[in-house]
Amino acid sequence: MAHIRNPGAPLAFENSVAVNRPAAERRAASLVARRSLKGAHQAAWLVNAIACMDLTTLAGDDTPERVRRLCAKARRPLSDEIVAGLGLSEMPKTGAVCVYPTLVATAVKALEGSGIPVASVATGFPAGLMPLDLRLAEIRYAVDQGAQEIDIVITRAHVLGGQWSALFDEVAAMREACGAAHLKAILATGDLSTLTNVHAASKVAMQAGADFIKTSTGKEAVNATLPVGLTMCRAIRDYRAATGHVVGFKPAGGMKTAKDALNWQVLMREELGRDWLHPELFRLGASSMLADIERQLSHHVTGRYAAHHRHALA
Amino acid sequence: MPTITEILKTMSYGPAPESDALARDWLARGPFGHFINGRFTAAGGLFETRDPAKDVVLAEISQGSEADIAAAVEAAQAALPEWSAMPGHLRARHLYAIARQIQKRERLFAVLESLDNGKPLREARDADVPLAVRHFYHHAGWAELVAEEFPGQGPHGVCGQIIPWNFPLLMLAWKIAPALAAGNTVVLKPAEYTPLTALLFAEICMEAGLPEGVVNIVTGDGATGAALVEHPDVAKIAFTGSTEVGREIRHATAGSGKALTLELGGKSPFLVFADADLDAAVEGVVDAIWFNQGEVCCAGARILVAEAVAECFSAKLRARMETLRVGDPLDKSTDIGAIVHPRQLARIRDLVAQGVAAGGELHTGNAPEGCYFPPAFMLGVSPANPCFSEEIFGPIAVMCSFRTPEEAIELANNTRYGLAASVWSENLTLALDMAARIKAGVVWINATNLFDANAPFGGMRESGFGREGAREGMAAYLRPLDAPSGSAPEPIAPLPQPVAITGIDRTHKLYIGGAQKRADNGQSYSVTQEGRLLGHAPLGSRKDIRNAVEAAHKASGWSRMSGHQRAQVLYFLGENLSARAPSLKAFAGGDEIDAGIARCFYYAAWADKFDARVHDTQGQHVTLAMKEPFGVMGLICAEASPLLGALSLVLPAIAMGNRVVAIAPQSAPLAALELAQVLACSDVPGGVVNLVSGPKSDLAQTLATHEDVAALWSAAPELAAMTERESAANLKPVWQVPDPAAQGRAFLEAAVQIKTIWVPYGA
Repeated sequence: MAHIRNPGAPLAFENSVAVNRPAAERRAASLVARRSLKGAHQAAWLVNAIACMDLTTLAGDDTPERVRRLCAKARRPLSDEIVAGLGLSEMPKTGAVCVYPTLVATAVKALEGSGIPVASVATGFPAGLMPLDLRLAEIRYAVDQGAQEIDIVITRAHVLGGQWSALFDEVAAMREACGAAHLKAILATGDLSTLTNVHAASKVAMQAGADFIKTSTGKEAVNATLPVGLTMCRAIRDYRAATGHVVGFKPAGGMKTAKDALNWQVLMREELGRDWLHPELFRLGASSMLADIERQLSHHVTGRYAAHHRHALA
Repeated sequence: MPTITEILKTMSYGPAPESDALARDWLARGPFGHFINGRFTAAGGLFETRDPAKDVVLAEISQGSEADIAAAVEAAQAALPEWSAMPGHLRARHLYAIARQIQKRERLFAVLESLDNGKPLREARDADVPLAVRHFYHHAGWAELVAEEFPGQGPHGVCGQIIPWNFPLLMLAWKIAPALAAGNTVVLKPAEYTPLTALLFAEICMEAGLPEGVVNIVTGDGATGAALVEHPDVAKIAFTGSTEVGREIRHATAGSGKALTLELGGKSPFLVFADADLDAAVEGVVDAIWFNQGEVCCAGARILVAEAVAECFSAKLRARMETLRVGDPLDKSTDIGAIVHPRQLARIRDLVAQGVAAGGELHTGNAPEGCYFPPAFMLGVSPANPCFSEEIFGPIAVMCSFRTPEEAIELANNTRYGLAASVWSENLTLALDMAARIKAGVVWINATNLFDANAPFGGMRESGFGREGAREGMAAYLRPLDAPSGSAPEPIAPLPQPVAITGIDRTHKLYIGGAQKRADNGQSYSVTQEGRLLGHAPLGSRKDIRNAVEAAHKASGWSRMSGHQRAQVLYFLGENLSARAPSLKAFAGGDEIDAGIARCFYYAAWADKFDARVHDTQGQHVTLAMKEPFGVMGLICAEASPLLGALSLVLPAIAMGNRVVAIAPQSAPLAALELAQVLACSDVPGGVVNLVSGPKSDLAQTLATHEDVAALWSAAPELAAMTERESAANLKPVWQVPDPAAQGRAFLEAAVQIKTIWVPYGA
């Protein structure tokens, strides 16, 4: 399925939702206990997680060589033996590779012909505390370098201060700057503190035209958590019910295990449905998670518990 | 098995069955006898227990006879002296060992429970078993502390316990753990449909080295239960099950002196306000009525939703219902399992059909063929629809809307039951107001079906009486070691010498609604002492009781006053008693009057100090155990002490916020009736205390049967059997006052019912 872009909607805030945190935590805890994936089904869901993964490097010590290595892994996330053992007709590939703007060109070149899009963070990632014109210029730069997806950060102060129209205007301007590139709005939920803030920020970002809403930069003290994900999924559902527009979801940061990959997919399946298990509507922003998935799939194929050093580094 | 490539297209979950091999091995030990005096009896009189999901026999079980019950009670009685005399610390070790042993075999317990009951393994694993284990740990603690924390109290003796099929192991734990902690021994009868985990528990008792006879388990049907209830050597009956059977047990135990606690049916309201987190409330419904196939006594079965969000809420609920998976209970991805028995399934279908026939609009999810019922809810259900009032015990909620908080309360309380309630609103002011006004033993705010060993659980109204869990639950397994509780009784002076009637004739009337009233039938009777006429008292009848109860209901403001405000009235009452002592002396001794004045001060002192508790349950939850007045109580005063006897019942009852209808001592009513004068001038609002004289037995029967009287105290032992039997009408608790001239904490405990309010919090 191809993702139809979210055209946005007028800023509307009459039905603000107060999110009850204990209830959200109960649901998040029971949700993953209510579904169990075994054997081939578990393996399939892990393969799907790879297809939905934004394989990411966003570190101060990133170099072109580091990015090329990551891109190589994005093209060949699994060994040939595992792919054959799983009975897959072709090598899976990750949903995208996500890098800083100055490394977009490197990634685009490294992924040439693979069909894997390059996503770039922008707008003064991770804090976003730069003049708006510079942030918009950064988006245009990244798009110009070949990024097909832009992961923007919002100004947290707009949420914490309840300045919803300022937030709306900011994201709308960024959306415009993206042009044909898809916009993923990072809400930095760890900074927003309350789930009520998360819900409100999700709603405004979608109204401003975000194609995806994303939890975290990976740099906040608390990154993607299931209660936050649940709250954002519910906001996506409400937005769709109100406008008919479909928005994707991307948890990011802190997810390291294959079990995390399964839990987040169960959340999508239960709260939003089958369509949100396609990379067009769901991405996992992760780096080390892929290695654990590879080990689990290796175990599925060989029956032996796997060692990290036997699998190619990302 | 589909290939990975195929699964990638559907992204289905696939089967995730839990193995039942361990359970099958264990079942091969059958057929099963009873567990009496530390060993299993030879199996006999066999019946089958079946797996409702696969419709196969699991094991053959023995039908307990009267002789089996007698043997079990005898064993329990033989074990009692040693067990009850054992230091609390040693009993604590036993309870701790039981908790540990269950934990070591938690998987077997969970699978067996799922097989026998049809409930999803996930729920047995994540709810039933851990909660049962927690209960034994918690009560190991009570065994350790009981002597220190409940001085002057001891066990009842042999407890007969009868449990239902919906949470077999958990209900066993709720019954056995507090009973043993308090030093009782037990005979427990598990439900006919689900005896297996109780039998496995019997093995645990052996493994844990529990002394023989402390726990006895006799399997069987209702006849076995009836034999247990009727056995003369059983000191206390604890029952969880239907209101219908609870009523039969109330009849059967009336006048027997057996202590009784009943945890019965419910039709709990689930209130959703416009400012609620609606998605959270939808999950609340899942946890309320679609938990355990809806076979939950406290299930939120009546969804009352604010008109402003009703449409949105039902749309969300419908969508959520579609994602529920109904099927194989042993599959770890199953949300709703099998109905316990085809008979229960037929009952559910019948009630749902009645609801639809009465205009209900049924929405259902999916369910496979077999002993399954799909998750469902019914719209357009008015209170007149049978599905609004009848407990269905299946995964079906009814829904109707309200316009205002007042209407929500009215609908919520429009039920015979009063077990639980759930309130959804992000406005704490509103939610706590609802919690205060709903008639229910448990109220969950923005949550539902939260349980903990340290949270009292139990009902109001026809959902029963007594609490399970926490300190309040322990109290139900203890009794005062010396019959009179509290301080020593005051000396009662004999009636004074009759005063010759000189001057103006003295007219005594009934006191109803703050006014002196003639008896409805316009008759009086002579009050004599040693053959001499003392005066005349109105001959009250059932209509006067009716009027008095109505007046008491109108005085509801008294129950909302603060303890301090009530204390002021009681002090003033004492002051005026003192001022009127000269005129009262014609009807009561001076000592009695003095004691009465002191008692006013005593209960005035308590009025603002009999505090609620905050229980330590789960992190980030405030769990309150509020002490609420019953509302309108009936009091049957003692004959022996005409003035003090009446005051001893009236004062603690009203101090706690009840309004009362008191029957004056038949042979010496004048002192009590004279009280009317004092009450009237002491700022006691009209209707708070109502006094009726006349034929005691008839009046008491009217009070006992009155469906709008919430509790009854009787200081008339000769009427115990009648009052207890007749109280079954609305299952009001009856307290046979052990010493009507005493004062103390026991009176306060009996004047309130616990309402547990759960408030989870988190920013």
